[in-house]
Amino acid sequence: MSGPSTYNPKSGIEKWLDTRLPLPRLLHDTMNTFPTPKNLNFWYVFGGILTFCLAVQIVTGIVLAMHYKPDAALAFGSVEKIMREVNYGWLIRYVHANGASMFFLAVYIHMFRGLYYGSYKAPRELIWIIGVLIYLLMTATAFFGYVLPWGQMSFWGATVITNFFSAIPLVGTHISTWLWGDFAVGDATLNRFFSLHYLLPFVIAAVVGLHIWALHVPGNNNPLGIDVKSPQDTVPFHPYYTIKDGFYLVLFVIFFSLFVFYAPEFFGNADNAIEANPLVTPPEIVPEWYLLPFYAILRSIPNKLLGVIALGAAILVLAFIPWLDTSRVRSCRFRPTMKWLFWFFVVDCLILGYCGSQPVDAVLAGIPLVLVARFGTAYYFGFFILLMPLVGLFETPKPLPASISQPVLGE
Amino acid sequence: MTAATADDATRRDFLYVASGAMGGVAVAAVAWPLIDQMNPSTAALALSSVEVPLDSIQVGQGITVKWRGQPLFVRRRTPEEIAKARAVDVASLPDPLANNDSLPENAPATDANRTTKPEWLVLKGVCTHLGCTPTISTPTDVQGEYGGWLCHCHGSQYDTAGRIRKGPAPRNLEVPPYAFLSDTRIKVG
Repeated sequence: MSGPSTYNPKSGIEKWLDTRLPLPRLLHDTMNTFPTPKNLNFWYVFGGILTFCLAVQIVTGIVLAMHYKPDAALAFGSVEKIMREVNYGWLIRYVHANGASMFFLAVYIHMFRGLYYGSYKAPRELIWIIGVLIYLLMTATAFFGYVLPWGQMSFWGATVITNFFSAIPLVGTHISTWLWGDFAVGDATLNRFFSLHYLLPFVIAAVVGLHIWALHVPGNNNPLGIDVKSPQDTVPFHPYYTIKDGFYLVLFVIFFSLFVFYAPEFFGNADNAIEANPLVTPPEIVPEWYLLPFYAILRSIPNKLLGVIALGAAILVLAFIPWLDTSRVRSCRFRPTMKWLFWFFVVDCLILGYCGSQPVDAVLAGIPLVLVARFGTAYYFGFFILLMPLVGLFETPKPLPASISQPVLGE
Repeated sequence: MTAATADDATRRDFLYVASGAMGGVAVAAVAWPLIDQMNPSTAALALSSVEVPLDSIQVGQGITVKWRGQPLFVRRRTPEEIAKARAVDVASLPDPLANNDSLPENAPATDANRTTKPEWLVLKGVCTHLGCTPTISTPTDVQGEYGGWLCHCHGSQYDTAGRIRKGPAPRNLEVPPYAFLSDTRIKVG
């Protein structure tokens, strides 16, 4: 995609193509000879896994759309029909529904990995920001998709999320009405959400193309967070990382299959087996697990507008990390303070997720969870806005190795 | 052939700006139908109304009916509930405005401004926080501290006049436009 090419067209058709549309050259340079740091560890396999997840969602989604009816009167029934009557419909739908959870599991590991090894730091800021954009598109797509089965949680989840916009002063209610196409979530809403749910994955695929393009300009970061100094620090992408990514992809598919075949409703919500009813809100509205930390942040703030702002800021702040982190060292391996703060942050996200999954007035060991969520929210923002800039200035990093090869070869 | 004069440059600049502006107008004109198609159609906007018979509702009971695709609360309040709602100092409320579609926007949230007849409370059953349907509180099934409604989604609590008292909701439950057709029948919308 960039830099000098080592492609040497051999056959006649390769030569013919190379002077017209150099697609073989592009594939050769990006997937074959691409020089990749030789010390990438397990945590670097999720990029490939995520590409696989996107492909699975698009293929199963296109098939499901052949049987699904985006109509408030027919949607719930058509999903039942997919589960009971369409040949292998149960399998395709369970792969699609659990596939969304697997996609988010992989993307969170991928994001935490980038955070730990400082993969967002110069010259990789744009890779990170494009990644945040992909994550935003993923949450939008997942939200639209969750509405489609038209169960109780679909309907009320859609009601709560679209009402976020009503918090905007002056134009808020007009925006909500515009999104609904009616006075409330209804048939018009379902129809347009289906349209957008079908569109966005292809937008994601295009932005993933930009993500990979941006990655191939500076090349991969690595667990040491130091630059590649010589060709001895790298290996060609193929066969070294195609085999490694492929091996872990097989393990991931086994893990994925355990859910599809043995616990297909593990991530599901029983309320969504009830058809949407605009007159009865379920006792607890809970989003899918991957949005629970943000839901906890929303609920921890007792003011509508500020709650919605905090929710949006919690995702947007990610885009500013490249400039919030003032450290000159990328990898947390050499950052004794930041390493601990990072792990606190991971635990904080899990605690926020737990708080988001519990009823709003829940109490654990005498402590109201809303209080726990408030401390969790404070650390979430404090980590990015206060700790990242300050620790980078005051922390004394450990000495960096001279090269990627040096710690292995010992001088 | 003559060199371009200052006059030519001015004319060219004018053409650039004018064609750019016309292009912008054209883009906006094309974009608007694509944006406005998402707004409710005239059919959806046509004001639908519903008539609710009141004779089957006992004192202390509340029912929910569907109006414009959303829940509508009709509650026959007990004398204690009315007294409780009237004893509140309006200045102390989180939202001091009546939010009654039949009254001016700045009408204060007194109990009288929230009802037409004191016994009957008619409200849109849509939490002003994020749109959930609050659960009614009765003496046998208490929901929240204020005897009105509790929204389970995010913990907003309403009193016996449907006014927000605690939690994240910013406004009192909306009082829709309605009228008594007779003592035992109302028309909403």
